[in-house]
Amino acid sequence: MSGLLPGFADPVLDAQSAFRAVLEAMSRPGRVQRLQRPPSPPAPLCPAAGAVLLALVDAGTPLFLDAGADALEWVRFHAGCPVVGDAAEADFVLAAGVPPRLAALRAGTDEDPQASATLILQVEALEEGAGWRLTGPGIEHEHRLRVVGAPEGFVAEWAANAARFPRGVDVILCAGDAVAALPRSITIREG
Amino acid sequence: MTEVSNEERRGWMGVLARAGAAGIEARLEKAAPLPPHTRLRGPEIGLAMLRGRAGGDGAPFNLGEMTVTRCAVRLEDGRVGHAYLAGRDLRGAELAAVLDAALQDPARRPALMEAVVAPLAAAQAAARAETARKAAATRVRFLTMANMR
Repeated sequence: MSGLLPGFADPVLDAQSAFRAVLEAMSRPGRVQRLQRPPSPPAPLCPAAGAVLLALVDAGTPLFLDAGADALEWVRFHAGCPVVGDAAEADFVLAAGVPPRLAALRAGTDEDPQASATLILQVEALEEGAGWRLTGPGIEHEHRLRVVGAPEGFVAEWAANAARFPRGVDVILCAGDAVAALPRSITIREG
Repeated sequence: MTEVSNEERRGWMGVLARAGAAGIEARLEKAAPLPPHTRLRGPEIGLAMLRGRAGGDGAPFNLGEMTVTRCAVRLEDGRVGHAYLAGRDLRGAELAAVLDAALQDPARRPALMEAVVAPLAAAQAAARAETARKAAATRVRFLTMANMR
């Protein structure tokens, strides 16, 4: 055990700016947002994933994460969230390695689609202007996003996820200090 | 890092939480300088709900809120110290947290216990005994009622 690491340098303002970045990312799907002052979470968490966790997760949101004991201790100390051992019970799922299948996560119900899970997915890099073609609400014509290190078969899984709208899972992609979001209403075509 | 028993740690955390910044700083002047630390959380002030039970075994109820200051720090060797204390003493909470972390190190513990914790504990015990002595002087014995029983 390497001991705990600090969270946000300024817990109030930094959490607000991280929340703002996630809001921007969700409303402009596929656009890459840079976080201004992310924390330095324990490996294997990347700074962006740490910032998203600390900004969104709290005592009312069960979390599932596959990033090991140090990351677990860090998130529990700074966010005070309950941790569950089954991804199907979590409101937030953090995947640093191979993520659980989207179909296995909570998708909400037709009456309460907001009761679904959000997958925070760590990837290697996010680049705009090439790769996937995204269309849907929040994108005027088409937006292109290349996700380096996306899990295998993600696009097919995503099509199945989008088909059960309004139910479904939202995904936040994190790489380094960059964040991009894929709300469930987005269609992905391989470029 | 479980080289210290919970009872021992509970003891010094309680003494440090009651001591206050001025009390700790006065004792620290005679001790070795504290190791450098980074703040994990706080020091920050918040409210904690106090729960009570009527008669000690009735249904729990909310007695009221009290001001609590808490702080968590990390030393360079990875030891983490915590402090929770009543009131708004930010400096006292940080000092207590650093001392809690330093006291977990067996190499530092004897010197710090002798220079800081033991004198503070003695002073607190003396103050408590003094209050008890003053209160005892005003005690009324209801002899008549005792005799009638």
